[in-house]
Amino acid sequence: MASVLDETPRTNDGTLARLVRSLRWYYVAMIAFLLIYPLITGGFWTVQIGAQTLILGTIALSLMLLAGYGGMVSLSQLTIAGLAGYMIAVFGGASGGLGLGWPPFVAIPMAIAVATLFATLVGVISVRTEGIYTIMITLAVGMAFYFFVLQNREIFNAFDGFAGLRPPLVLGINMREANNFYFFCLAIAGFGYCLVLYLSRAPFGLALQAVRDNPRRMRALGFNIQAHRVAAHALAGFLAALGGMLLVWMNGQISPGSVGIAPLISILIIAILGGIRHPVGPFIGALIFVLLDNFAMQLIGGDRFNTVIGLIFLVIVLFSPDGVLGLWKMFRNRLRRQPQDSVESRTE
Amino acid sequence: MATVQPVKARSAAAYALELQGVSRSFGALKALSDIDLRVASGERRAVLGANGAGKTTLFNAITGDFPPTSGRIRFFGEDVTSLPAHERIRRGLRRTYQSSQLFHGLTVLDNLFLAVRGVSRGRFSFLRPTRNDSSLEAAEEMMETVRMTHLANTSVSELAHGQQRQLEIGMALAGAPRFILFDEPAAGLASAERAELITVLDNLPEHIGYIIIEHDLDVALRVVTYCTIMHNGALFKEGRPEEIEQDPDVQRIYLGGGHG
Ligand SMILES: Nc1ncnc2c1ncn2[C@@H]1O[C@H](COP(=O)(O)OP(=O)(O)OP(=O)(O)O)[C@@H](O)[C@H]1O
Ligand SMILES: [Mg+2]
Repeated sequence: MASVLDETPRTNDGTLARLVRSLRWYYVAMIAFLLIYPLITGGFWTVQIGAQTLILGTIALSLMLLAGYGGMVSLSQLTIAGLAGYMIAVFGGASGGLGLGWPPFVAIPMAIAVATLFATLVGVISVRTEGIYTIMITLAVGMAFYFFVLQNREIFNAFDGFAGLRPPLVLGINMREANNFYFFCLAIAGFGYCLVLYLSRAPFGLALQAVRDNPRRMRALGFNIQAHRVAAHALAGFLAALGGMLLVWMNGQISPGSVGIAPLISILIIAILGGIRHPVGPFIGALIFVLLDNFAMQLIGGDRFNTVIGLIFLVIVLFSPDGVLGLWKMFRNRLRRQPQDSVESRTE
Repeated sequence: MATVQPVKARSAAAYALELQGVSRSFGALKALSDIDLRVASGERRAVLGANGAGKTTLFNAITGDFPPTSGRIRFFGEDVTSLPAHERIRRGLRRTYQSSQLFHGLTVLDNLFLAVRGVSRGRFSFLRPTRNDSSLEAAEEMMETVRMTHLANTSVSELAHGQQRQLEIGMALAGAPRFILFDEPAAGLASAERAELITVLDNLPEHIGYIIIEHDLDVALRVVTYCTIMHNGALFKEGRPEEIEQDPDVQRIYLGGGHG
């Protein structure tokens, strides 16, 4: 249960002491694992599995923020990410002398800003709708963007897209090196995760969840619920844009296929698969998705990835509408219940 | 209406609420027709009427939950007819709902915190409140007022009906209310809880006026100075509590409707 008072300090000790006390063993273990992971694995596992999970997780996290806290299922989060990727190519330049060739410290913030602005516009358009209509409008935005980049040669280079997109050198650190890139992705994913988790109990996040549960009551408390929803779209857009930046650097290229309907739906699948009740869900979903994406072929042979992911998705969602997170909760509750074997514990 | 009319511009703010020809239709159903109503600032008024008379619809029109289809509404002299609901609330209008509208996943304190934040700065704040956050302190104060301090960290879903009604009132008192609309606050309350409700209403600062919809005449007529009776979406009668209690038409329409 979210509460403004959870973790609100009642004592006057320092922030660090509080932080250390609030750390659980599994957090420590998880952080340690994420940090040594690239050192015990190699290039493919570090980038294709590790970094990609973090990147897709970050984009799906933006959907989790919108859908989980805000009750707004947006299908255009990958479109936002793709726009950020495209703008990095357009502003920063790509192979073949394409793009404007601005220096990275201008091109990258500009690209993020354009994508965030676009997300805000999508928000303005879609927040007046509810439920299935939000899904349809955002899907329409995604499809429109796909067809636009496919046909527009002046800016988006049509079906050829852009190639040769590599992360810049930051403070002399070579981001193209696998481990460095992984850590960079980890830092951004960690930032997004902590931000969303922290916001869940900050006034903005609390109000967003309350708007999801009872918009009419929120209006009668003085909240401008449309503004709150648009702000959520802007923030989610910013997170998606960060993910899009990493994605384009990992792939080294971007083309209309990167923002087509299949990857659009993938983000939804990742978020739902993992669970949208907690920001860790999208990352769990992304891990499952990336593992299947890479190994389904070896396991069953042929191009059966979509069948496999579809079936797994179906099974998990059938058993638990809250995805893997929900399964985990059910499992934990059952473990706790067993020793008691009383009637009351089952009726809660 | 037969009230004395001083110079118009000056008199405007003497009324907390002024309704002029307010109507509201739901499809073919005319739930409110041509309501003219004035409530002085600081006045405490009861709105009575049988089920379906349009009392809640009147509240919805005033707050903007369901804006009127025609007519004008002034709040302390300002025309708020075209303002969205949240803007009216920020100007000091408050309401409670006939069936509690609370956030069930949140605690009592969080509900009140939201109510306070809704009418103050920092609605979009990304920073969690600290211990001495002014909204949090105001919310704690409000808990004291509605006597729920011992339930601060209880989830609303675990509250008894009476406690939910109490919290609903606390939500309406948050911030600096100037005028409050109470929609059947005593519905479903035990008699001890009713007594407590009356105490809370009587202890409101004098400058805060309100309209209370109440089926229980014992509650309604005890706390107000004036009553308005509604019937079939229109104003039917007005008068002081003792006049209303004796009125045969009121007895027939209102008490005959299955209450009392
Ligand atoms: N949102 C709505 N949509 C359609 N009809 C409505 C709506 N709200 C109210 N009505 C209708 O308007 C009429 C007046 O309803 P209202 O709720 O205002 O009555 P009330 O006086 O509050 O009654 P009660 O004492 O039962 O609360 C009723 O016939 C009701 O069915
Ligand atoms: Mg009613």
